[in-house]
Amino acid sequence: MLLAQIKIGDWLTLLGGALTTGWLASTLWLGGTADKAIIRSGGSVFREVSLARDQVIEVPGPLGISRIAIHDRQARVASDPSPRQYCVRQGWLKQAGEIAICLPNQVSLELGGGSKPYDSLNY
Amino acid sequence: MTASTIKLQTTARDHHLARMAALALGLSVLEAAIPSPLPGVKPGLANIITLIVLARYGWRSAAWVSLLRVMAGSLLLGNFLAPGFFLSLGGALCSLLALGLCRHLPARWFGPVTHSVCAAFAHIAGQLLVVWLWLIPHAGIAYLIPVFAAAALLFGTVNGLIAAHFLAEPHPRLAEAT
Repeated sequence: MLLAQIKIGDWLTLLGGALTTGWLASTLWLGGTADKAIIRSGGSVFREVSLARDQVIEVPGPLGISRIAIHDRQARVASDPSPRQYCVRQGWLKQAGEIAICLPNQVSLELGGGSKPYDSLNY
Repeated sequence: MTASTIKLQTTARDHHLARMAALALGLSVLEAAIPSPLPGVKPGLANIITLIVLARYGWRSAAWVSLLRVMAGSLLLGNFLAPGFFLSLGGALCSLLALGLCRHLPARWFGPVTHSVCAAFAHIAGQLLVVWLWLIPHAGIAYLIPVFAAAALLFGTVNGLIAAHFLAEPHPRLAEAT
């Protein structure tokens, strides 16, 4: 009975709204797999590293050393001297745009990438 | 010295708009008590009144009701001129703009549901614009956009259906109130 209030144009509007929402989610959330990790310390970029190679990077901060681990195209803060350990407990970061911030030690780890500067045709 | 009173000349239309704004105000105060998982995600029940006023009395009346509700609502909830107020105002202005455009769609095919969904999307667009330009100028808020869009779609549809339901009644129960 309530559905009888929806006219044809309304259905089109709802469809448009659903498509817009789906499109927003797919472009903003599935922003492609990440291909690099951007590590910042004290507000400036400390290092930008590729996710292709597994490694552990030690980043100095005011409280001590934060260890950033890269493994299997994922990255995490493996250890950090910050008291509450928020960034460590965040676990593995997988997608572009994800970020772990260790505020007390002024270290952040962000995954970048997504829009690649080349494609398979002209690379 | 005689006591003087200032009396504003009000018309029946003013009283009528004030009554409907008060109704919308009641809904938005009621809604402020509902816990929200994310700031900004809420049903927007007061917009049902705006939609009914738009359909019955036109865009100018709807704009009055909507903006009076934002003003008086912020005074009641205690966030007048605080960030929350500007978020509401930005959302309301964008919604009204969208409603102004939507009402020119042919009424045969497009009803309150379309108006409501368009206004809801315009509302979050306006709010996110205020957030992005003023409060959090960081690309990170883009991550939340799909959540807001989904909420706008859901609540826009529900509010539109409720408004359509009241507008379709031959003897609307809201008639005495509006």
